[in-house]
Amino acid sequence: MLDRSTSRHRAVHEPAGSRRVPWRKPGARWAGWLFAAPALGMYGLFVLRPLTLTVQYSLYQWDGIGPSTWAGLSNYATVFSDPALLGIIGNAFKLIISFSVIPVLIGLAAAVVIRRISTSRLAVMARTVLFLPQVIPLVAAGIAWSWLLSSTGVANQFLSAIGLARITRAWLGDFNTALPAVGLIGAWVLVGLCTVLLMSGMTKIDPSLYEAARIDGAGLWREFTAVTLPSIRQEIAVCVTVTVIAALSSFDIVYISTQGGPGGVTMVPGLEIYELAFSHRQVGLASALAVVLVVLVLVCVLPIQRLARKEGPR
Amino acid sequence: MIGSRREGFIGRVMLVALMAVTILPFVSLFATALQPSGTYPLGLQWPAHPQWGNFTQAFEAAQMGKLLESSVLIVAGVVPVSVLIATMAGFAIGHLRMPGSRLAFVLFLIGLTLPFEGVITPLYYEVQGMGLLNTRWAIILPLIGLFMPFSVYWMRAHFVTASADLTDAARTDGVNTWQLFWRIHVPLARPAIASLTILLFLFTWNQFLLAIVLVDDPTKRTMAGALGAFQGQWGTNIPLLCAGSLIILVPTLAVFLIFQRHFVVALLQGSLKG
Repeated sequence: MLDRSTSRHRAVHEPAGSRRVPWRKPGARWAGWLFAAPALGMYGLFVLRPLTLTVQYSLYQWDGIGPSTWAGLSNYATVFSDPALLGIIGNAFKLIISFSVIPVLIGLAAAVVIRRISTSRLAVMARTVLFLPQVIPLVAAGIAWSWLLSSTGVANQFLSAIGLARITRAWLGDFNTALPAVGLIGAWVLVGLCTVLLMSGMTKIDPSLYEAARIDGAGLWREFTAVTLPSIRQEIAVCVTVTVIAALSSFDIVYISTQGGPGGVTMVPGLEIYELAFSHRQVGLASALAVVLVVLVLVCVLPIQRLARKEGPR
Repeated sequence: MIGSRREGFIGRVMLVALMAVTILPFVSLFATALQPSGTYPLGLQWPAHPQWGNFTQAFEAAQMGKLLESSVLIVAGVVPVSVLIATMAGFAIGHLRMPGSRLAFVLFLIGLTLPFEGVITPLYYEVQGMGLLNTRWAIILPLIGLFMPFSVYWMRAHFVTASADLTDAARTDGVNTWQLFWRIHVPLARPAIASLTILLFLFTWNQFLLAIVLVDDPTKRTMAGALGAFQGQWGTNIPLLCAGSLIILVPTLAVFLIFQRHFVVALLQGSLKG
């Protein structure tokens, strides 16, 4: 999907598929299923089966050990009426701002400015450096940032140095700042990915488009909205998709940096499912929340994909 | 002309600032790891007497040798099998296109956006039922299944562009499907297979949720899972925690720097395809 040459190949070869040499044995047409069987087997056993079981569990009241009792849709009723659980789902959406909106905006701004120097040594080095957060475990990012944002950490040291000592605090332990602080960690992880992705999209834009826009007297802003944005729609869609999934299903960072605290203000669905199922022994409710999470991700991601596909260049 | 030079300058400044913010946590980890063990250091400062011994101490405290071995075993169990069976399935769906292959493809697509939290609870009981809880198989087997949607999607994307003429030519020479796959199409798919291998290595090494749910013993987990336990145990000794975190980062960073170019390309393609 990334390189355009493959789609050209596809255009040449795809029609050829219909005029294949006749198969020797009648069974050979079905041989493909043998090739797909191991993957389908593992997928069915460890994804599709658990997925249907999640739906099944969500209809029962079960402590994970004893007998279960039919509960109908009452677990879902709890998910959609319990203020704490609604707040937790709300937190996931709030995280979209810092996991998704901010990285994409910063990434766009950075990529626009960097585009002009995209072949310099600095830019090549930046590709490596900005990718570091993608390579390390999120757990490590959580530990590093917990320390940076702690009461004696670098963040407060910096604020004191510029005369803002009065706003220093334990950022992850404060009711008002804990969720934004968790968001900051996510933004740190994802900004680099977005910048590099958008940058690579922009380097593929035909320079003559910019010349044409300049000749038409377009300013920088007009140039950006008329040439740059439409050309990298595909890349933007990818950034939004990846980061929205990361926000809604966040787990590692929250588990390490706050455990959902203080007072549950940073609790997210992923962590709540884990706690409900394995600490509170409310498997039914945990499963209902899991189903809701799976559906929420789909509902948020599918429209983005369709938008990109319908209007995209390919 | 002057305008574009100024823009170039702003670009450089912005890039350097972004890079600085990206590196800051690593620098902070490193400086703190060298502070005297058990102290509460203040922010970012270079220690008067760097305590290099913290790294040895953390290495022993976290049983780093065992952790490394465990992670390597898990990667060895997950990655080759996943790549092999995903390549076969991608070949079948993308190139052989047997009757009903569209259905198989749609089935895999269902799992593409699935958060692992969506299946973790039943997975626990399933793995328990198999008697595999607290063994490395508890991580290996489910991960292979969970990686299938992305991996098959990835390999299919390669195989739909594979040459049909080549297949026709081979067929007329009397090559059977198995030979066609191994002798002709796998060698041609090497770049796609290499990128997938790198990505799956990374996803496995950094896997956290499965590790903490399905395996209690940190020395049988992935690196990321073990780091979680290490934090629980040494969370109050900040220099030691930082030293341990850095040691755990080294293998991925090393692999990243060695295969740098492949990594960036693979991750870019990976997110574009995903």
